[in-house]
Amino acid sequence: MTVIANFLIVVTILVGLLFTVVAVIGVLRLPDVYTRAHAASKSATLGVLSILVGVFLHFWWNKDHISIQLLLAIAFLFITSPIGGHLMGRAAYLSGVKPTKLTVGDDLAEVVKKAKQSKPE
Amino acid sequence: MAFQLILNVFIAVVWMFVSGSASASTFIIGYLIGLILIMMTRRFFKERLYIARLWAAFKLTLLFFKELTLSNISVLRVVLQPKMTIQPMIFALPTDLEHDWEITLLSSLITLTPGTIVLHVSDDQRTLYIHAIDVDDVDEAVDSIKHTFEKAIKEVSRP
Repeated sequence: MTVIANFLIVVTILVGLLFTVVAVIGVLRLPDVYTRAHAASKSATLGVLSILVGVFLHFWWNKDHISIQLLLAIAFLFITSPIGGHLMGRAAYLSGVKPTKLTVGDDLAEVVKKAKQSKPE
Repeated sequence: MAFQLILNVFIAVVWMFVSGSASASTFIIGYLIGLILIMMTRRFFKERLYIARLWAAFKLTLLFFKELTLSNISVLRVVLQPKMTIQPMIFALPTDLEHDWEITLLSSLITLTPGTIVLHVSDDQRTLYIHAIDVDDVDEAVDSIKHTFEKAIKEVSRP
């Protein structure tokens, strides 16, 4: 039983580590703010999440201690991280950061241009 | 929904008084009895049975975890492929959700699904502007957002 429990703990923490590393590589390799936001907001969420789940299971099964704080941390991570990704992307776009050359279509550009025309600075 | 829940807790408390014991197991028994009573009298309530909405919320959570895993695998594929062949695109997606919390929930779900991030919500809250990491996925993404997420959220919010 202990072997299975420890195996599961090690697997969740390793998966979390893998996704965190992927997030870092993504931030380094991808060409612009928006694609980097993809890597940062998704992989980082699941990465940190799996590590927290692994720690929770370790303290539960090996130390007989159910940590409510870890569960709360998981819930808060879920609520905050997509909002963080969205706000960074939106702030970048509205302050005029150009998307990469690879971008094929942009429906938002006209909307922003129209809003600027109706409200000149 | 809140009214039915409060009524159910109230019936459980009344059951605790009736049986004269204030333990957790008495509360649970009273709660189950209240649930059966509410099911029997459900045509007097204007809204659906609250259990149905809780079940819809549970299904939405499961869907969310599935999409989160899929999105991470897709980011992993994009990041680790040797050549950058992605074609990002910003597209508009009309939505017919009405309440603020529904739109917030939908944007959070979109942000955590494969290859899409919400950049902007239009002022009249009828359109979401979404950044997709690869143009090949756009149609698929629109389809999955329209037919799974919006439907699931509507299922939860339907009275």
